[in-house]
Amino acid sequence: MSSETSFALLANATSLPWAALPEWPAAEFVRATAAELDRGARLCAWFGVPGDAGTHLVAIIAFDADNTLAAARSAPFAGHYPSLTATHPQAHLFEREVWEQHGLVPDGHPWLKPVRRTDAAGTAPANGEFFRVDGREIHEVAVGPVHAGIIEPGHFRFQCAGEEVLHLEIALGYQHRGAETGLAGGPHRATLSQIETVAGDTTIGHATAYASVLEALAGTEAPLRAQWLRALALELERLANHTGDLGALANDVAFLPTSAACGKIRGDFLNLTALLCGNRFGRGLVRPGGCHHDLEPARATTMLERLRVAVADTEQAAGWLWDAASVRARFENTGPVFAPQATALGLVGPPARACGLVRDVRYDHPAGWYRLAQAPVAVWPGGDVYARARVRWLELQRSGQFLLEQLATPPDGPIFEALPAPACPEPVSRAPDTLAVALVEGWRGEICHVALTDSAGKFRRYKITDPSFHNWTGLALALRGQAISDFPLCNKSFNLSYCGHDL
Amino acid sequence: MFALDTLTHRLKRGCETMAYPDGPPPALPDRHGGALRVDGARCTDGCGACIEVCPTDAITRPANQPIALDLGRCIFCHACISACGPAAITPTGDHRMAVRRREDLVLGAAGGEQLRLAAALDEKLRKLFGRSLRLRQVSAGGCNACEADTNVLGTIGWDLGRFGIQFVASPRHADGLLITGPVSRNMELALRKTWDAVPAPKIVIAVGACAIAGGPFVGRPEVRDGADAIVPVDLYIPGCPPHPLTILDGLLRLLGRLETGDRAPTPR
Ligand code: SF4
Ligand code: SF4
Repeated sequence: MSSETSFALLANATSLPWAALPEWPAAEFVRATAAELDRGARLCAWFGVPGDAGTHLVAIIAFDADNTLAAARSAPFAGHYPSLTATHPQAHLFEREVWEQHGLVPDGHPWLKPVRRTDAAGTAPANGEFFRVDGREIHEVAVGPVHAGIIEPGHFRFQCAGEEVLHLEIALGYQHRGAETGLAGGPHRATLSQIETVAGDTTIGHATAYASVLEALAGTEAPLRAQWLRALALELERLANHTGDLGALANDVAFLPTSAACGKIRGDFLNLTALLCGNRFGRGLVRPGGCHHDLEPARATTMLERLRVAVADTEQAAGWLWDAASVRARFENTGPVFAPQATALGLVGPPARACGLVRDVRYDHPAGWYRLAQAPVAVWPGGDVYARARVRWLELQRSGQFLLEQLATPPDGPIFEALPAPACPEPVSRAPDTLAVALVEGWRGEICHVALTDSAGKFRRYKITDPSFHNWTGLALALRGQAISDFPLCNKSFNLSYCGHDL
Repeated sequence: MFALDTLTHRLKRGCETMAYPDGPPPALPDRHGGALRVDGARCTDGCGACIEVCPTDAITRPANQPIALDLGRCIFCHACISACGPAAITPTGDHRMAVRRREDLVLGAAGGEQLRLAAALDEKLRKLFGRSLRLRQVSAGGCNACEADTNVLGTIGWDLGRFGIQFVASPRHADGLLITGPVSRNMELALRKTWDAVPAPKIVIAVGACAIAGGPFVGRPEVRDGADAIVPVDLYIPGCPPHPLTILDGLLRLLGRLETGDRAPTPR
């Protein structure tokens, strides 16, 4: 319950003075965070803020049932602290990241190794230590970084007994472009285009989170019509990607009718985004203060007509998939993740909802247009490939319906208002020494952006958490006890971002 | 029953592959803009407004001309177009952008207002690859949009297979590489090894602003600012990401399967 928390409360897409965050010595801070997580909070972000006297640890947590977020920090320190992961596995990758970036050592972390291996030049991420299973029947399979298809790079290390996977370890970092580190001292001229390509298939999601953070720092909001446009674009992004995923899943079980149709329909949805802004991935649409392109009535009519066709096509293509007993046989009981595991790991998005967890930023922490219009949360029990496909299908239907409704009732008004400049040393439109948080439910799940400004209103620290950062370990768990030949299918059912993770 | 239904549905949808290149190309979205045109002669007051807004430093002011715009660095944000009063930088709406030489992407000199189209491979390579080209794709820091719009060429609408072009699972089976992303340092070794594993003669195609010059991340110490820092590139396809039509045009042009000719802006 958030009412008893010692953390500082804030709502999604708002800000808080840095001084308002409660501060404890590191050990106490970890204890306090653990207590909140025990009370049902969820870890959205955990990161370091370096300073002269050492590094602060910062925790951003969510009380989903209470529709509120909360933040706290440790006193600056260097060296060791008691690991949060030891009791709360959802922190495991965050603590590895902080260790890699700031050298703070979480004592008791069960598997402390680099996340992106940014240090030693020329050392590929896979050249590290892997968890090994010993035994005469055991063999190890290494896949990647370059994959067979047109996919981003990553390395997968399987420990197998015959066909059965006992353990999968995923080593990423190949895509590291310095997307987050480059933001310090910003925003810079290239910042918006970098944010748009943090995960290029989630341009609207990340750009909306970034714009919301900047608007929160300026103490304002985008005009209503811009919020409407952002919601339209976000749901279009979901439709395109979920349709592509259903097609890819069908392809992996050799069910070609749906695979062929979805490949094409996905493009139809991308073209709707291009109708709005010229780019199939939504580049150049969202900007701090509003949107860059409007959907005039004639354009809206075209979009509505083409959307109706695409939604009906998807309905048909998905129908073939669900009707096929052979598909069901391959999807069911493949790659299961159980609800307690999902909770412990802090999974988000479709993989979490496919375990029956009701967890959706649009519903739990509505911001922007979602305060005014909502679609029901899509949940399915089971945790297997079938459930993840089902959740995607439900979301396709609901986002399609949402779009058809919203397109019919556009709000009037401007689509852009330049951010006002509050009083601070320099005339920048960002409050000094302030922390702002924005969550957005992208098609993969919760996107979390946190900005902390310095005394001049520039970014002292900018933290990006792509949903994939929470979910990669879910994929690893899903493979336990599965046939290694089911890896592509399981992987597709998660379809996580490499670059969004590697930043 | 169900199998019959599936077949009937499929039959009802008919052939969904586009007529292009035999028929006209599909239209680019009206807000896309296509390739840019740079009329250095119109840049009379030299205000530099375009230089200040460009996120990737694609625009410079060389000694002998008013402005130069490097379409290889460009991510087509259109900020310079809005910033330019005398309309020295304009969108052409033309989807064709692929070039063979890096320097051909720099626009703005007198006579160099627009791109010159890519020339086909020489006779010998064209004989080898013209009717059957196998590519290995390497994403080296790509954001998954260039990858997605390359992938889409394999779907029924585009059907890349009809040109004999295919993406293969092993570099040993490939005639060349198609590279996306700025080449993150963490992918440098893997890219080099993949290139080494492709039997000669081999070609390299750089797709997207990242693979050409670093894209939005140009200048970051974590990336190598483009594929040609690591391997020799035979074809550059600009865009962020390039429209699938732009990629297809580039591939077909390289194989000599499209007419070359002067660049005339497609009427919009
Ligand atoms: S359109 Fe290209 S050249 Fe113009 S500002 Fe944008 S990136 Fe720079
Ligand atoms: S060129 Fe643009 S779309 Fe392509 S990988 Fe780079 S950032 Fe992504």
